[in-house]
Parts: sequence; C-alpha cells; structure tokens
Amino acid sequence: MVVSLAGAVSLLGRFPALAGADLEITAGEIVLLEGPNGAGKSTLLRLCAGLAPLHQGTGRVLGHDLSNRGSRRALRRHVGLLGHATALYDELTVEQNVRFWARANGATDAEIEPALDALGLAGRLRSVPVAGLSAGQRRRTSMAVLVCRRPTLWLLDEPHAGLDRAGRDLIDDLARRAVAAGASVILASHEAERAEGIATMRVGVVGGQTTVLSRSTRPTPSTPSADGRPDAV
Amino acid sequence: MLSDAWLVARKDLMVELRSRVLMTQLLPFGVIVLILFGFGISPEYQVRAERVDVDRSVLAQVAPGLFWLAVLFSALLAFGRAFAVEAADGNLDALRLTALDPAGIFLGKGLAVAVQLVVLELVLGAGAFVLYGPGLVDPLLLGVTVVATTLALAAAGTLYAALASGLRVRDTLVPLLALPALSPVLLGASLATEAALFGPGSDGWPWAGLLGAFALLYVGAGILSFALVVEEL
Repeated sequence: MVVSLAGAVSLLGRFPALAGADLEITAGEIVLLEGPNGAGKSTLLRLCAGLAPLHQGTGRVLGHDLSNRGSRRALRRHVGLLGHATALYDELTVEQNVRFWARANGATDAEIEPALDALGLAGRLRSVPVAGLSAGQRRRTSMAVLVCRRPTLWLLDEPHAGLDRAGRDLIDDLARRAVAAGASVILASHEAERAEGIATMRVGVVGGQTTVLSRSTRPTPSTPSADGRPDAV
Repeated sequence: MLSDAWLVARKDLMVELRSRVLMTQLLPFGVIVLILFGFGISPEYQVRAERVDVDRSVLAQVAPGLFWLAVLFSALLAFGRAFAVEAADGNLDALRLTALDPAGIFLGKGLAVAVQLVVLELVLGAGAFVLYGPGLVDPLLLGVTVVATTLALAAAGTLYAALASGLRVRDTLVPLLALPALSPVLLGASLATEAALFGPGSDGWPWAGLLGAFALLYVGAGILSFALVVEEL
C-alpha cells in the first residue's frame, strides 16, 4: 500500500484542514484529487509528503508512520512534491537550480542532462536566470528537478497551472511514464477533464474529508530498479 | 554532512554573487556606520591610556568597539538574508524534502555567512584604520580574534535567523534575538582587539579563548539542534 489514511486529521493552526480523511492508494496508481478551493487537497498532499503533521487518526505513506516525526522525516526523501510554489532561486540559472536540487536529492550528474532535455530546458533556457522565466518555464524547471529526483510517490498540486497545451501534455506524459517506471502519482487539479484522462482513481475532497468517486482497474506495479527508486522517466 | 555543507554554502554564495546584496547594501551600510561613529566622536580629544604611557585620540581608543559594532549591525542584514532566500518560493519545504543532513544545511549556511563577514571585516577593518588611526602591536592576536569572532557571529546568527525565518516578524525579530545573545561576543571581541592594537597582547588572549569557546558552543548548538529547528520552520 502506497498511502493508507484512516480518520486523518491535520490542523493548520486551529483549523482542521483535514477532518477525518480516509484514503487507500495502491502502487502504480494515478490519483486525481478533485474539490473546491480550501477543501484540503493541498494539505492532503503535504500530509502525504510528511510536511504536514497528523494530529489524529492513523496514516502510513510508503510504509512510514505519519504520526511519528522521525518516520515522517525519513519518508520525505522518497516523495516529490510540486506545490503552488516552484522552490527555485531567482538569482540562479535554470541549470544551476536543477543541479543544486538534484544533488541535494542524491541524484547523479548523469541524471540531470536527460531531465533538462525531457522538459525542453536543454537549449538556451538552461543559462537563463530563473527570475527571467515565465510561470510556465518555472514550472517546467521544477518538474525537471522532480524528474531528477526519481521519487517513489509524485505529489503534484495543480501541475497544469500556468502551462500551455504542450506543457500540460508533457506533464500528463511524465505522470504516465512515472507510473510505468514504478512510481505512483497523486495530483490535485481543477482541470478535471484533462486530469481524468490519465487518472486511474478519482477522489473528491470536500471540507477536509475524502470520497472515492471512481476507480478503474488497478495497473500492475513495476518493479523498482536496483537502488530502490523507480526507473528514470 | 560536510559535502552537504559545501553544496549549500556554494549555492548561497552563488546566490549572493548574483544578487550583489553584500556589495550594494552590507558594505555601504557598514562604511556609513563607521563614518557616523567618526562624526560622533571628535578625533581631537586626547586621552591618556592607563596601561601604556601614551596619549591617543578618543577615536583610536574606542576603535575596536566601534569596528565590531559596525560589523555586528551589518551582519544582522546578512543573517536575515541567509534564510530570506529560502522563504521566498517554498524553498524551505523543498529543503526539508531533500536528503540533506540538517547539520550540513546549518554548516553550509553558516559558512556562507562567515565568508561574507570576512569580506565585510576586511573592508571595515581597512576603513577603521584609515578613519580612527589605531596602532597594531599583536597581529596574531588580531587574526585569532577575527577568526573566532567571525565563527561565533556566523553560527549564532544563522541559528537565530533560522529560528525567526518561519515568522512574519522575522525581519525585526532577528536583531531582538541575536543582539542580546551576541553581546558577550561583542565584549570579548572589543577587548581582545584593543589588546591586539594597543597592547599588551597578553591581556587579549583570555578574551580570544573565550571567543573560541563561544564559537564552538554556537557551532555545536547549531549542529545538534538544526534538525528540530528546520522541522519547526
């Protein structure tokens, strides 16, 4: 089981952003989180990343107990989160950003070039400071970091936001390739029509609670590579 | 841990080189503070030094304290800047999701701050010699004092800046936290520098030893506590 939540409560200050969420996700799925703004989708993703604390209920992600701080910390290196922020340094170039985050995540230099190439950043954009990029180009740079990272669980919060059609197609393609390489994907998107095309499971999130809306036949999970991480996408 | 520290320090220094905050803000601010101190205290006033039988200007007499005050005020800007670059675009969450050792992050950030402080001290030191005209009788003691004070300031400043970085009032909180905690360092640095400039050098070595102890204390505290600090940011 990749994600197993039962009655999960997570507070933002005193506000219960998640108020008893239940969720079971098996390996190799692409899960679409649907719901209005403020429903708890981003908090659910942060909980699964080990960034938001679990205040009540039980939760395990990739075998790590979310109620234990040390276990949450150990989980983080196995997940990749693309949130609303792009987590890039404006002063550094695209390549310098990708290299820093890739190395910080334990990726080798050999993994950086294919990632830049896959996201269309291998040309003149690589030497452009991030401050000079458009929103879509920043998003592509963050995705390149994620690709280098080869996480077992991809957590994508509005990954299509700010991207043109080609960029959105690329995100969908990367999500499919990530699953084919042995990873699982949870994405929150308001572009339900597009995201439904790639999702194997749809989960509604309203008022901090979850409901499984649909689930197609579960794919057969791939075997991870020798280093325990999914294959490169 | 050390490779992580080097990775973070190199990244921070690259960000600094591109943003030029040191050159365009910290150094001019420090120089202005030095000059204003000079305006406030007339170089015409002479005092008789108690420990050595010579007259010297009040400005030269108080030069060590003024120099370290100017360094400390300018350093406050560098402390805040060390974590402002991480708070900008969700980078703190991204750092928490990496495989980087928290102690390595602390050492890397501290090292980058220390390099900036050394540049600041060289420029302000030259300025203090020109403006205040002190002597120099024990260069070794001065060198040891500068190294120990730099390490203590960088380690303590990094730690307090990290503690304040998750708060909206971080810009005003860093001086409130750091200045009282660093007052023993300021006192020790001023007295050790006074002994190095005017003699006898033997008076300054106990203070230099105390500064070394402070440096070790703050570096040790940062290494041991940074995992918890990063978790709570």
